[in-house]
Amino acid sequence: MFAVCVRRWNGGRRRSDADCYDNSTIFIPHCPRGTFMKGYNFAYLDEQTKRMIRRALLKAVAIPGHQVPFGSREMPLPYGWGTGGIQVTASVLGRDDTLKVIDQGADDTTNAVSIRQFFARTAGVRTTTHTGEATVIQTRHRIPEETLRENQIIVYQVPQPEPLYRLEPSRVETKRMHALADYGLMHVKLYEDVARLGQISISYDYPVMVNNRYLMSPSPIPAFDNPKMNRMPALQLFGAGREKRIYAIPPWTEVRSLDFDDHPFRPINAHQACGLCGATDSYKDEVITDDLGGRMFVCSDTDHCEQRRAATVQRHGPARPGHRAVSGPSDETGDDGSGAPRHGEAATP
Amino acid sequence: MNDDPILAARGLTLSFGVIPALLNVDVDLWLGEILAIVGESGSGKTTLLNVLSGQLRPQSGIVTYRDPEGAAHDVHAMPPPMLRTLQRSDWGFVHQDPRRSLRMNVSAGGNVGERLMARGARHYGDIRAQALDWLEQVEIDADRIDDLPRTFSGGMLQRLQIARTLVTHPRLVFMDEPTGGLDVSVQARLLDLIRTLVARLGVAVVLVTHDIAVARLLGHRIAVMQRGRVVETGLTDQVLDDPRHPYTQLLVSSVLQA
Repeated sequence: MFAVCVRRWNGGRRRSDADCYDNSTIFIPHCPRGTFMKGYNFAYLDEQTKRMIRRALLKAVAIPGHQVPFGSREMPLPYGWGTGGIQVTASVLGRDDTLKVIDQGADDTTNAVSIRQFFARTAGVRTTTHTGEATVIQTRHRIPEETLRENQIIVYQVPQPEPLYRLEPSRVETKRMHALADYGLMHVKLYEDVARLGQISISYDYPVMVNNRYLMSPSPIPAFDNPKMNRMPALQLFGAGREKRIYAIPPWTEVRSLDFDDHPFRPINAHQACGLCGATDSYKDEVITDDLGGRMFVCSDTDHCEQRRAATVQRHGPARPGHRAVSGPSDETGDDGSGAPRHGEAATP
Repeated sequence: MNDDPILAARGLTLSFGVIPALLNVDVDLWLGEILAIVGESGSGKTTLLNVLSGQLRPQSGIVTYRDPEGAAHDVHAMPPPMLRTLQRSDWGFVHQDPRRSLRMNVSAGGNVGERLMARGARHYGDIRAQALDWLEQVEIDADRIDDLPRTFSGGMLQRLQIARTLVTHPRLVFMDEPTGGLDVSVQARLLDLIRTLVARLGVAVVLVTHDIAVARLLGHRIAVMQRGRVVETGLTDQVLDDPRHPYTQLLVSSVLQA
């Protein structure tokens, strides 16, 4: 699996090496509607930077869960909006890739739309909202409900890569603790939770042990998503732009959430079915629908929810308009204007 | 097993610039024994303790630790992971200021349980039961288990530190002025506690103190230090009742008689 990725990264670099000297609009056979923005290299970053990031990625994949420092660049979006994730995506993106970007599970929030458009313009790659059609998925705070496959890469945006950050303020000391696998302190935090609250109270960014060696922050995904990381067929890459760290989990790697034998790990979820599609096994957001206290629980993964609803409609009636499929970058803006069915709209009676 | 010392140091020398902190110091320590190191401030007691416990590297000399299987390890040539493993299970360190080793924003139970968890304990019920047991042994009320150490008195903090150190049943404990800064009645209780626990667990202790009375009460053997040298060593009673070196004589005669 990994060999495949390397080949594709090299392929992407070789083809775009020639492109950097040519600022004219480039015709891309795989994506007839796609056009580059003039004056930018393929996927925005220059080739030397991408090469540097790929080196860090190779090291990260070779040592699962270990944080590798890299020379994070300034990106045209503020820290905290996914500067690490966007650099990793730029470095692994090839011309044949199809990109999906999600933010808290949704494809239609500002961050997701902006980053998707960014790569549609600077790389001319296909974009999609369907998890199954994507080859590269950049995500903030969620893992899609649909099981990922071997030929997919998921890129996480990470605000704080150090899982011991809140417990040990010194980076020198945390590095030493990682080097010596001295993780008693993390369990002290879990002990304190159980002693005070009767249960482990971490609901997101729940610390995991990768490959039985490195303690790792899974980025602020809900604890509900942690089990999906274990032996995931897809390659998982993590980028922290402000903290200048990259780490990775190769496919099929063991990822275990920390717990006690007598207080096992419990993923937390709302005890209600999705108000739109009726799913009970997906992670739910609570959405406020009016000023009168009206609220509902809906799937946080919008693509999952839409596909479930589309399947129901196909069985019982005509498909709804505005349902979005794979789209080229040129009609991206218009598509967002017309809007796929959003949670808020659908909730209004 | 008692023939071989658990900790042996030969020819330790260390100077900070022109100031000699240790000059050719030899130390032997057997399992189940308390070695008291006495001397005035600046005589190199704490430096010796740091060198013996692997925290400070001597300029020359060797410190050898003998593990339960009888194998000898050079403390300063040990790979760091092994030294860290020793320091968090087989060894213990009791500081003069308990705030240096306790985690002040973690409950008493968490503090006692940390070394257990670092060693791989993953059963909350067991960890809690052991923490309760140890709090009882150091005479801290069981209902204080979830309180933060910052609500504890100085004597309680020191007892908590001892519980935290002894919970993994170490074989070798380093103590740096464990009764410093405590008033006399609290000191007496603490000394009694240390003596009882050490005798019951059979650990070896290197105890640094400037207080002759503490050395007399706890120490089986005593080493007197002056300007980086061990000037006199022997059984505690022997050395204190019949001091030979002029400095020891001065030290013993300067103790106030109550």
